[in-house]
Amino acid sequence: MSVLDIRDLQTHFFTDAGVVKAVDGVSFSLAAGEVLGLVGESGSGKSVTGFSILRLVDPPGQVVGGQILFQGQDLAQLSNREMRSLRGNRIAMIFQDPMMTLNPVLRIETQMVEAVRAHERISHAAARDRAITTLAKVGIPSPAERLAAYPHQFSGGMRQRVAIAIALLNGPDLIVADEPTTALDVTIQSQILAEVQELARETGTALIWITHDLAVVAGLADKISVMYAGKIVESGPTGQVLRAPRHPYTAGLLGSIPGHGRRGERLTQIPGMAPNMARLPMGCAFAPRCALAGDLCRKTAPGVSDIGGGQGYRCHYPIATGEGVP
Amino acid sequence: MLVFLLRRLAQSVFVLIAMMVVVFFGVYMIGNPVDILISPDATPAEIEETMARFGFDQPVYIQFLKFVGNALQGDLGRSFVHGEPAVQLILSYMPATLELALLGLVFSVAIGVPLGVYAGYKADRWQGRAIMTGSIFGFSLPNFWVGMLLILIFAVELRWLPSTGRGETVAFLGMRLSIFSSDGLQYMLLPALTLALYKASLVTRLARAGTQEALMQDYVKFARAKGLSETRILFVHVLKNIMIPIITVLGLELGSMIAFAVVTETVFAWPGMGKLLIDSITTLDRPVIVAYLMLTVLIFIIINFAVDVIYTLLDPRVRVRGEGV
Amino acid sequence: MSADIQIPDENDPGRLWRLASRLSAIAVLAALLMLLSGTGLPPLMARFILLIGLIILAAVLLRGKYAKFFSGPAAYVATASLLVLVVLAIFAAELSPQNPYDLRQLDIMDGRQPPGSTNFDKTMTFHLGTDEQGRDILSGILYGLRVSLSVSLVATLMAMVIGVVVGIYAAWAGGRIEAILMRIVDFQLSFPSILVALMLMAAFGRGLDKIVIALIIVQWAYYARTVRGTALSETRKEYIDAARGLGLPAWRIVFGHLLPNCIPPLIVISTVQVANTIVLESSLSFLGVGVPITQPSLGLLIANGYGYMLSGQYWMSMYPGIALLAIVAAINMVGDRLRDTLNPRLSR
Repeated sequence: MSVLDIRDLQTHFFTDAGVVKAVDGVSFSLAAGEVLGLVGESGSGKSVTGFSILRLVDPPGQVVGGQILFQGQDLAQLSNREMRSLRGNRIAMIFQDPMMTLNPVLRIETQMVEAVRAHERISHAAARDRAITTLAKVGIPSPAERLAAYPHQFSGGMRQRVAIAIALLNGPDLIVADEPTTALDVTIQSQILAEVQELARETGTALIWITHDLAVVAGLADKISVMYAGKIVESGPTGQVLRAPRHPYTAGLLGSIPGHGRRGERLTQIPGMAPNMARLPMGCAFAPRCALAGDLCRKTAPGVSDIGGGQGYRCHYPIATGEGVP
Repeated sequence: MLVFLLRRLAQSVFVLIAMMVVVFFGVYMIGNPVDILISPDATPAEIEETMARFGFDQPVYIQFLKFVGNALQGDLGRSFVHGEPAVQLILSYMPATLELALLGLVFSVAIGVPLGVYAGYKADRWQGRAIMTGSIFGFSLPNFWVGMLLILIFAVELRWLPSTGRGETVAFLGMRLSIFSSDGLQYMLLPALTLALYKASLVTRLARAGTQEALMQDYVKFARAKGLSETRILFVHVLKNIMIPIITVLGLELGSMIAFAVVTETVFAWPGMGKLLIDSITTLDRPVIVAYLMLTVLIFIIINFAVDVIYTLLDPRVRVRGEGV
Repeated sequence: MSADIQIPDENDPGRLWRLASRLSAIAVLAALLMLLSGTGLPPLMARFILLIGLIILAAVLLRGKYAKFFSGPAAYVATASLLVLVVLAIFAAELSPQNPYDLRQLDIMDGRQPPGSTNFDKTMTFHLGTDEQGRDILSGILYGLRVSLSVSLVATLMAMVIGVVVGIYAAWAGGRIEAILMRIVDFQLSFPSILVALMLMAAFGRGLDKIVIALIIVQWAYYARTVRGTALSETRKEYIDAARGLGLPAWRIVFGHLLPNCIPPLIVISTVQVANTIVLESSLSFLGVGVPITQPSLGLLIANGYGYMLSGQYWMSMYPGIALLAIVAAINMVGDRLRDTLNPRLSR
């Protein structure tokens, strides 16, 4: 059975400027131990998808439709109390900016012990022992001493390790990681990537890795979903999507990475800017920036075409297999 | 860093000197104390003698220089009414005011912080709005009228607490304090509450603004993602963050608490230095007025200086700016 | 912003409003002066002019923002109470059943009567009781309300003028002058207003003029600091450079550009400040260093009745106290709404 099964998720923001459909019909599922890379530009709705799973979307945002089945249970049906007992326990989250996620005026010990004791009736000492073990697991040297420190006494990378340790404390079934390495140096980024991958594999935890960087998920994820303007425009097994992208947007993202094995080739970029989510065009949201778009694209939004092998896309004029980057 | 502190110290000394000038000349204009000190049927010799003793026969600037010289030695003259040295007289009244002000501060935090945090949490709901409207009333209620109302309710109607006076005191480090005896505490309750009300509204507003700000931070969202209860988030994560600015502001407000105690002490006949000041103004007891103002200014300067120093030590940004200017 | 464009334009709807606001401001000031000096138009007429002028000014201020201002029942209640209290204060002489300071109308036999009792020859009912000299408390409150409001209004207006002049001058002059002026402001603001006022009144003695002066001295520094802050940020803007480049005289730039931009924050501050001043004045009067006994404000009325409160004759201070609370709370609430309405940055 899949750990997480999202069906037609709709999260809208009711702003003064109108309704913004930040997440508009997103579906995917995730089995135990599986890693999903959720890729998209900023504003594409990928983070909102992550927060929707934890029911932590801030007003004026609201989940207005769809189902989020966690181990077969619809999260929308849970009471606040039941939801709280899942958060940080069965479903954990890692945030983007490690400088902001830890409370600056509380010791690491307080912030870790409270996360354990919110879900289990155990002694402070036992919770503390678990915190030390987990800190050691994420590569914090002399964890017992570091517990007494405040966040500002750690570097950015170390803080993110602490945040990851907090997410791991209760051995969750699912971790939602919202661009956890974006704010870090490249070297630390790859270290953390490798460690998280190993930890997830070890414990059988399912992982959603949200990022704007295809290169990051290339070596990490089992499968990839590419989001654009609130919709998943292409998804499939990582190797397959990267080797043979069908949606022009995925191809554009790939073309803009300085990749291996394509040395000497020109880097391309996607023309235009991320769309205004409050005023999306009638047809395909990507049409204004798409080189392959036709009249049909500007009139009607494409539905999902399933091409088997777990791969699917939303495009009227997909790139034919074998064809290069446009 | 040291330069900055020295400069602040020099500024404080300058303020003190400026205050001396203002205070002396200001109070000199009140009236002729000789008329009050000397009974109408005194002999000219007696008048002469009193004039000489207080130095009233000399020109104003000599009186002022005498005043500054004596002030530096802690001598601000003798009370016309009590016959005691003015500074000593005020110091003997000061503990009563200080304990009242401190208890008032404690009350204002105890009332204001929970209300403000809750109002910030429910900012867009009716609860938050109601608390904010209530805090406007807290600002609007004149101190003396609140005191009267409390006396009417708790002393006259319900007879739960004594109306005026100080009650039993206990000697502590050479001061007579009410706060350590249950009888004394009963007498303190109403005046301290009166004094606290205005500041409690201020704290409510500060706490609300801080809470709203803190609730938008990532660490609150992360705390929610950890599955913590809202109570724990509010009263551990948010509260700890907003207490630093609130305590800084309250430190500065201690001075104004002492100043506002003038009104409260008068209402409750609380024998503190504020009541002494008002009595001295009505009897034109000039040395006491001068001594009160000088001592209050000194307290103010010390508080401001202390807050500045603490801030400098805590916040590196302030330190840099202080050296740059 | 467009205050200096002198081209008459019949189609400009703002022109009429500007004209109205200027005319009513002048009318209000003139009426106030006449009432305070007791010359000119008959008092009743001057009072009507004052009231209508104030209402027009308020309407101009909120033009186009009524919906935002009246967002919630509290705003309606506060505005209505304020209007009623201002009307009561302006027409105190006409509305009072008795002139409480005309000794011929008083009878010591009527002293300390509880609310609802009648006078000795049953010609008059004291709805809120009487004080120890047989004065009708209701009349005393109406007159006291007038004293409290006019003292703080006049003091606030004059402090505002002084503060604006000092603040703009400091921002405009810069350099050493600015440093010295602002040091004085800082010096004064580092002491609580009640302490400064108490000291001044101790030096001056009681009196209406004296308390007004003391309240001006206490307040001007707030305005100076605020105005200087706004003016400083305005002088850095490009249009001021452009105006200077055009060779416009300094007074045109100051009155045409700087001043209009400093007004909105000033209105918000001064509204709240009127309330603070009323409280301060009443506290001073309560302590016996404020208004003279012959012209009691609400604070002095409360102080006069205070001695009788412990013996259960609550009405002498209770009702003036309620009036004081009502006027201060109404002004503060209106001020709070004004801040949210006029300055979107501060709301939320």
